Amino acid sequence: MPLLPLFFALPLFGAFLTILLAKVWKGLTDIIANAITTFLLFFSFYSLNYLRSSEAIVYKMGGWPPPLGITMVYDHLSALMVISIAIVAFSVSVFSVRYLDHYTGRAKFYTLFLLITGGMMGIAITGDIFNLFVFLEIASIASYALVAFSTEKGGLEASFKYMVMGEIGSIFFLFAIALIYGKASTLNMADLARTFSVAGHDHIFWFVAAILVFSFSIKTGLFPFHAWLPDAQTAAPAPVAAVLSGSAEKVLGIYGLMRISYNVLGLTRSSSPTFFDIIIILGLASIFFGGIIARKQSDYKRLLAYSTIGQLGYIMVGFGIGNFWGIAGALFHILAHAITKPLLFFTAGAVDYSTEKQDIDDLKGLARNMGVTGWSFRLGTLSLSGIPPFVGFFSKLFIIIGACQAKTYWLAILLAVLSVFTLAYLLKVIKKVYFTARKIATEEAPFSMRLAMLFLVLLMVIFGIGFQSILATLIYPATKVLINGIGYARIVFGG
Amino acid sequence: MIFFVLTLLLIIIGLYAIVTKRSLIRIVIGFIIIEYAVNFFFALVGFKHGALAPIITRIGGTRNFVDPLPQALVLTAIVIGLATTALLLSIVLRLHEKYQTFDITKIKGLRG
Repeated sequence: MPLLPLFFALPLFGAFLTILLAKVWKGLTDIIANAITTFLLFFSFYSLNYLRSSEAIVYKMGGWPPPLGITMVYDHLSALMVISIAIVAFSVSVFSVRYLDHYTGRAKFYTLFLLITGGMMGIAITGDIFNLFVFLEIASIASYALVAFSTEKGGLEASFKYMVMGEIGSIFFLFAIALIYGKASTLNMADLARTFSVAGHDHIFWFVAAILVFSFSIKTGLFPFHAWLPDAQTAAPAPVAAVLSGSAEKVLGIYGLMRISYNVLGLTRSSSPTFFDIIIILGLASIFFGGIIARKQSDYKRLLAYSTIGQLGYIMVGFGIGNFWGIAGALFHILAHAITKPLLFFTAGAVDYSTEKQDIDDLKGLARNMGVTGWSFRLGTLSLSGIPPFVGFFSKLFIIIGACQAKTYWLAILLAVLSVFTLAYLLKVIKKVYFTARKIATEEAPFSMRLAMLFLVLLMVIFGIGFQSILATLIYPATKVLINGIGYARIVFGG
Repeated sequence: MIFFVLTLLLIIIGLYAIVTKRSLIRIVIGFIIIEYAVNFFFALVGFKHGALAPIITRIGGTRNFVDPLPQALVLTAIVIGLATTALLLSIVLRLHEKYQTFDITKIKGLRG
């Protein structure tokens, strides 16, 4: 598949094109950004065809064979991540067209937005661990700048916090790469998998694993390392918060950790239970903490940010359970959350656009005038809290099934109870914002914003009702990639 | 071996600066210290005592080379570090414009 580098090359190219062509005509930036994200959305689904005949597409950069050159590996797990990134990127670029009316520097926004998209795409399909670091930094630096995009007090402060914490995560990842290179003398992920499976696990190996958990937990925003996340998502403009919560935290953090721990380090639940127990503990702590603090919030976006911490916790617990259903649930939850959370941030953005307010108490009775926004919010909330016909229900269900299969029934019961908490804090907002009689004179959000919301609602319903075909085409094959472990090396080297 | 320990010490000094210092500029300096320490560590990984620069010549024919790959990677990491430091400092400058101070305890608009 010679077109594979398009996934990251096109957004990176577009990033520089937008800033150059903005001088010619302002409207051109909207057109370029939206054209690129639309293409990526179609291309990400179309590329699934290439995976019908083979388990993975390996693209050799510059024609160098795998251990020497940089490889791009497009397998089912990458396909799933690419699709979730493309969905978020498409909806955000459509939503931003009108939302950016309140800001200056439209071209700069699209440049940074395309950089973060390109960086994430690169992370999802790279097969080289240092290359992963470079893409991680592209995406991270763009996201730091985007958080400060408003250049107000809050945005700058949040961006500084995010940068200091995020960069400590990145630098420690580089440190881990140095240790890995010192031990294995290679950086190709498939070659590393082969080397580690022969060399065995010594104390440096476990030191590397610990550093990786630390650095990727910071990037994800799990409980003890979460301090930047609520600030960043509150102070950032709504589309940026949607990117951060919808795809950046998962691709930069969870995907990196899972790809490396399962496919490169070759860790499995049975051989190294402590590692996975730590991941479950991190996840559970995030669910508890996110749920409890979210209830107390009066700021709408801040509530969603704490809710994000909780939902990321579910994904980590699913990965930590480590059997087929646990991983499948976690991957499905990545997809579900990538649809649901941007939708909720879009409603926050639409409300913010029309009223310039984001405090929950100021928003009473808003739904009377904002039909699409109101219904998007209600349906998104139902999906997020796990009500049956929507996509959020199935992902949580699979994680709980996974917990039952692993014979950890206390965990299954705990997860079920905690998902009720999610509904509790979201119902609080629904009640205040949408079921109160006081009427505010506001207008419905502009057409393009409504389009972005309707697109996500549609996906949410389709993925929920047609969950079996989504499972068969996307989730099961992606789960097998992770379950396969260091069989990744055999696939990349071609038998 | 002593160099490896010293780089780890540098990382700890940098982390200490980030955690305890109140001035934004000092936090940035702590961040730079960690970054350089890790780069130094990475360069050390490829270092061999008494080895030659990795240039293949017809005369020498020796194989006792320093591993060149970590040096190339560290160059990349330094460039990335430059970009992050520049962005970090520009945000510090903008914060100073808004608050007229570098003291982190006085910059706390976001709470909860």
